[in-house]
Amino acid sequence: MIAKPAQRLTLFLLLAPAILWLGLLIVLPHVEILVLSFSERVAPRVYAFGVGNYLEFFTEPLYWRTFARTAFMSILVTALTLVLAFPIALYIARVAQGRLKAMLLLLCLLPFWVSELVRTLGWMILLRETGVVSYVLRSIGLSSQPVELLYNDGAVILGLVYGGLLFMIVPLANALESLEPAVVEAGYDLGGSRWTVLRRIVIPHAMPGIVAGCIIVFMLTVGNFATPVLLGGKNGLWFTEQIYAQFITRFNWPQGAAFGMLLLLLSSAIVWLGLRLTGQSLGTTLKQA
Amino acid sequence: MNRPSLTWKLYIGAFYLFLFAPLLVVAVFAFNASPFPSPPWRGFTLEWFTGSGSIAGKPGVLVDPIWLESIGNSFRVAIPVALLAVLLGTVNAWVLERAEFRGKTFVAMMMLWPLVIPGVVLGISILAFFSRVANGLEDWLQTDLDFLRPGLPLVVLGQLSFILTIATLIIAARLRKFDRSLEEAAFDLGASRARVLRTVTLPFLKPALIGAGLVALLMSFENFNTTLMLVGSVAPLPITMYGQMREGASPAINAVSLLLMLGVGGIASVFALTSKAER
Repeated sequence: MIAKPAQRLTLFLLLAPAILWLGLLIVLPHVEILVLSFSERVAPRVYAFGVGNYLEFFTEPLYWRTFARTAFMSILVTALTLVLAFPIALYIARVAQGRLKAMLLLLCLLPFWVSELVRTLGWMILLRETGVVSYVLRSIGLSSQPVELLYNDGAVILGLVYGGLLFMIVPLANALESLEPAVVEAGYDLGGSRWTVLRRIVIPHAMPGIVAGCIIVFMLTVGNFATPVLLGGKNGLWFTEQIYAQFITRFNWPQGAAFGMLLLLLSSAIVWLGLRLTGQSLGTTLKQA
Repeated sequence: MNRPSLTWKLYIGAFYLFLFAPLLVVAVFAFNASPFPSPPWRGFTLEWFTGSGSIAGKPGVLVDPIWLESIGNSFRVAIPVALLAVLLGTVNAWVLERAEFRGKTFVAMMMLWPLVIPGVVLGISILAFFSRVANGLEDWLQTDLDFLRPGLPLVVLGQLSFILTIATLIIAARLRKFDRSLEEAAFDLGASRARVLRTVTLPFLKPALIGAGLVALLMSFENFNTTLMLVGSVAPLPITMYGQMREGASPAINAVSLLLMLGVGGIASVFALTSKAER
């Protein structure tokens, strides 16, 4: 296609906002932290190329342990979210009909329109030593003293699973929606038990939704900041907190940039791995979501 | 599978209770006449909303300058973000749906990219990049360029970096459904390009433009991760809430959260109504 000059000008004008946006707000800033992460301070206000920031990450146990912990707990949270969300999505997609179905889905969406901080505040009020759960346990006689349920890994996992549920339910329900009832019935007619039908027919059919949901939940969890910090307190130890500490508290930007690159790498690597293991492509996955 | 077992139904019930429990306690304890948002119930009060501070020690959120300023700051960020997202998102949608050029698939993929970058990383990368630009320009121009330093203008840019993707997707989805013969008919009837855009295409896109604007407004208002990295001394609402939550519990935070929930509920219902009108 040979474009006339006027058409080329139009195209250029249409593309200009996208180029400015992606160039100035995405590509160049990422180049900047990549370069920054490989610079070392050799004298006051003098920087040179070096891998010191990455070496520091591997030699300081606090850093790599927090990193490994964040990765491991995020995988755990993703798996838990999947297990908890699956029966709900199955119910919404296959059992509920008409208005009930629309209402159940809408009720799922509502809490997630509300700020993450408000939801976290709710969990703090429920779980803290003077909180609602502790109060209820005491008044029904299950405990004689106030129980502290906040500031431990359980609370962090609970908060993160809660935050991820919607992003799992919607892609799962979308994927399950297209399953033909006849196929499920055929499974039963051929003598399959409930479990066999679930394992051999329903789950394979839902696979694109499972992958999409897991990827989104994992990314949101790994990149979360407020939930682990507020529900975990000093025991939260999330990697995003280390990035914040280096950038804002210690003003050690090259170190923080190296941490940022590592977080980006972790999140991309798990997404890639998830897609490879299940043979899905990013395009269909994002469409599913 | 069409007859759900009792266990399954009970699980569904328990799940929805789990889903709403945190929001419910936030709302309930905004009205408790106690200095801490915790049981027991000490009676109903509106002190945390409109109180003068004589009883509670702190003024209610509707008269407390800290909260009012934060809400104002959030609007000062959210309105430019929403306007820019709709304006630029429409142009981007046009590129995706109407333009033909080499490398279009690449541009389309790049536009999705911001969604897979953690918010914290978006924040620090924009902070670092604009600081370098500011340092360079200040040496060259010999003036202070405060808008490139942490502060509300930088928060606008940081939030726009990923909200623009979402606005683009919403508007592009609507543009894809547009029947182009309507435009052709208007051209045949002698309308100019600008007039066709104004009287045919844009009215068709209107629900998506409003929807994208509302979603952008909401996402900007509630964004925490990216904003945290880019704020200076002037804090939008989520940053103030976070600071107060770290300092200690107070029903004033519940009160402001309840207001936020009501605001979000209002926007969400407008959004639901416009998307219903679209169908």
